[in-house]
Amino acid sequence: MITISHLTKTYGGFRAVDDVAFTAQPGRVTGFLGPNGAGKSTTMRIMVGLTPATTGEATILGRHFSELPNPGREVGVLLDASAQHAGRTGREILTLAQRTMRMPKSRVDEMLEVVSLTDEEAGRRVRDYSLGMRQRLGIAAALIGNPEVLILDEPANGLDPAGIRWMRDLLRGYADQGGTVLLSSHLLHEIEVIADDIVVIGQGRVVAQGTKHELLEAAGTYVRATDPARLAAALVAAGHPAEQSQQGLRTDASTDQVGEVALAAGIALRELRPADGAGLEEMFLALTSDTQREDTQGEAA
Amino acid sequence: MSTATIPVTTTDVGQHARAARPTYAPIPMRTIMGVELRKMFNTRSGFWLMASVVILAVIATGAVILFAPDADITYDSFAGAIGIPMTIVLPIIAALSITSEWSQRTGLTTFTMVPSRSRVVLAKLLDTVLVGIVSILVALAVGAVGNVVGSQLAGVPTTWDMTVTEVLYILAGNGLGLLMGFTLGVLFRNSAAAIVGYFVYAMVLPTLSALLAGAQGWYADAQPWVDFQWNQTGLFDGGYGPTEWAQLLVTGTIWLLLPLAFGLWRVLRSEVK
Repeated sequence: MITISHLTKTYGGFRAVDDVAFTAQPGRVTGFLGPNGAGKSTTMRIMVGLTPATTGEATILGRHFSELPNPGREVGVLLDASAQHAGRTGREILTLAQRTMRMPKSRVDEMLEVVSLTDEEAGRRVRDYSLGMRQRLGIAAALIGNPEVLILDEPANGLDPAGIRWMRDLLRGYADQGGTVLLSSHLLHEIEVIADDIVVIGQGRVVAQGTKHELLEAAGTYVRATDPARLAAALVAAGHPAEQSQQGLRTDASTDQVGEVALAAGIALRELRPADGAGLEEMFLALTSDTQREDTQGEAA
Repeated sequence: MSTATIPVTTTDVGQHARAARPTYAPIPMRTIMGVELRKMFNTRSGFWLMASVVILAVIATGAVILFAPDADITYDSFAGAIGIPMTIVLPIIAALSITSEWSQRTGLTTFTMVPSRSRVVLAKLLDTVLVGIVSILVALAVGAVGNVVGSQLAGVPTTWDMTVTEVLYILAGNGLGLLMGFTLGVLFRNSAAAIVGYFVYAMVLPTLSALLAGAQGWYADAQPWVDFQWNQTGLFDGGYGPTEWAQLLVTGTIWLLLPLAFGLWRVLRSEVK
């Protein structure tokens, strides 16, 4: 479990992280979503004590990260898969982690297997790794201490679609066994595929958070009917403004409410479905255009 | 979510669900030292830097055998020749042990596995001192072999004109040079800047200091009390009395300990990116 409360980080006059608060629950994958420079990485660095917070605090399993006696055994961290000495082999990097955490030697080979890096690949120097291989290596290093909490910054970056699917299954299995997973991404799609809970951040502030279900639900409903004009009128009469879109009528009402309105008005429906993520996507796009790079000077992403 | 077909479910990636987690013992200093020592050798550049200690000692020894007049084939000549590359290589090893965490960004991993940065830095310091002592002893041993071989080849008696005291002076001189490299590493946290800084300290400042001393009488008198490099390299000639030790203490505090303390203070507070 990760608890962030009233976390603020300022650089001079610039608020990189502005009163951020959220909780990542055990047994769930929490997605930390935001455009580049929104403050995701800064927040994560504060969690693991690499960056001091200006005010507020972050605790992991009820303690500050620096109070953990052997942090790697309780929290697996991957902040930047490329932040490794290019001249070390993958196996050597895992061995350093295994030794620091005082784990058995066999753990290195086990983790290589979990992330599907072959013996030959593990013997290569990291400078010859693709970004996807570095991500796998970084995840292996994070898992090596058999931790209860995972903190991963943009772990899906550089993975191909099969790799993203693999990561989803890995993190799902991990959370199902009671682990807490926090992962960040600047891509809505990645988060949607992997996360149970979503925290959306923009310009250093949390702009939305909730379960994926809630956030998607809030996006409303798409509905098609044999007589769309009558349905639109009925919805408006019931207090649910509806607009015509390419995918049928879109309304903020839930699927249940739309179904009831249609039944009461005696209108036959062709299609009725939640507008999966459409609202979230719109919000995210708006956020992205607002917070594009011109507003992020002073923040080293 | 479809059924997971990856090995996660079969290995103990997530043992934590089973029982209350144990309280873990803090990471002992010897573990951190062992890992940091390993990091000094486990890259190609690191390995060759270490190997260069031996290689340069062999080259220096060979040079003495080839070029020194027969009368100078004594252990002192070998030790002196070997000492020169050591004064450059050891401080670089010390500086890089610190700066690579920033230049190569490995600090992101190192300081999340061991959040206490002071312990990591201390482990690195102890490791570099250890490496320094072993390097000098290895170099002296290479020189001893050279002395035996060289005197045989030249047909002169093998001369062991070096005392334990002199060896200790050499260790002290090299040790302070190594600490200077370490200090510059902590201060700059950038490999290039630390190495350039060391060359300025070892090559440029002494020349300037000597020029100034030649031109200004007052500085010639003050030099032993302000020029740390002068006091440090003086150790290689040995024969320090109370005045010299006092001068070393004064300049060492100003040029070594205070910058080191300031650098450490910043390392403990800085942001690791």
